[in-house]
Amino acid sequence: MFGIETLGSTLQSVVLVGLVLVEALALYVGYGTLEEAVGERFVTAFTGE
Amino acid sequence: MEVLGVGIALLTMFVGFGLLIGILFGFFGMGGSFLVTPALIVMGYPTRVAVGSGLAFVFGTSIIGALRHRSLGQVDYTLAALMTVSVTAGIEVGKRGVFALESLGLADTVVSIAYIGLLGAVGAFILVDSRRKSNEESSDTADDQVGLFSRIRVPPMIDLTGGPSISVWVIFAVGLVVGVLAGFLGVGGGFLLMPAMMYGFGVPAAVAVGTDILQITISGGVGSLLYAQSGGVDLSIVVPLLAGSALGARIGAAATKLVDEDAITGYFAVMLLLGAVAVGVRQAGNYLGIEMLQVVSLVIIVGAALFVSGAVVTLSLRELRAVRTSTPQSNTD
Repeated sequence: MFGIETLGSTLQSVVLVGLVLVEALALYVGYGTLEEAVGERFVTAFTGE
Repeated sequence: MEVLGVGIALLTMFVGFGLLIGILFGFFGMGGSFLVTPALIVMGYPTRVAVGSGLAFVFGTSIIGALRHRSLGQVDYTLAALMTVSVTAGIEVGKRGVFALESLGLADTVVSIAYIGLLGAVGAFILVDSRRKSNEESSDTADDQVGLFSRIRVPPMIDLTGGPSISVWVIFAVGLVVGVLAGFLGVGGGFLLMPAMMYGFGVPAAVAVGTDILQITISGGVGSLLYAQSGGVDLSIVVPLLAGSALGARIGAAATKLVDEDAITGYFAVMLLLGAVAVGVRQAGNYLGIEMLQVVSLVIIVGAALFVSGAVVTLSLRELRAVRTSTPQSNTD
């Protein structure tokens, strides 16, 4: 998957963990942007105001 | 239809499960591999893949949790660094203890009993303590923040976030003991570190959770790297789980700012006690050869996670509503 099977085992493991790190950072930024955009409206809807 | 080689139904389930775990992890600073690994084993994944993917997932989730707690000012970097060094050294000692027991053929029994005993004892202690504090309506909050080891004044001393001043030697010693236990039990140590920082050093619960998560990021990264070398990390599991937990960790971390500290520790205790019951049921299943008890154990863990994360979200929304009613223009996190 992701074309990393051809790499050596050590490099492959570093790339795998690196991909998890990149995904985590991308999600942190992505959800952060989403929170800024619609968070207030979402909370207002849930708190019933 | 498949995405990442996984069916849509399974993918959706992973994202939902991730969301649930993320809320707990962001709120308590523990619960990642504790929930994911047994679930993956019951789903039929090989143990190596379940443990390795669980570790990689915990690594990813803890990065998000640590960043979120950092933005809320709930991470003590000095404490995290000192704890990482001492816990890592302790884990090595603990592992050697397990190998010694293995050579005697006693490892599985002794580790299981120790795990159940420790989860149960720590859970019961925290539950009683949080009940006592919530019953003492006029309790002095300054007194509550004095840690058990604050009186040991062996230099050098360092000031931790939230006020307490603790000897570096004491931090090393506590980290070493936690590490030995974590290595012995084969766990990350989150459920031991959080109460150790709170009760031992007098660090506020939210800071203990934030610092604990940063420490888990480091150990989770190293652990997943080691498992990835032997093909133990499956991205088709980690990617969807992380997509859900990234959102959950934000919600859980934000909830620590809203929910009362005694409620945090109270729910933490309930999670530990139900964890002890679940491990006990699983071990009974292994001992008696009843596979159904493995499923029962998983149902207890997932049920507890659902109940506690639901309670965290409900309490947070209630607090948010109360805050907004009293200060309608305030900008809450």
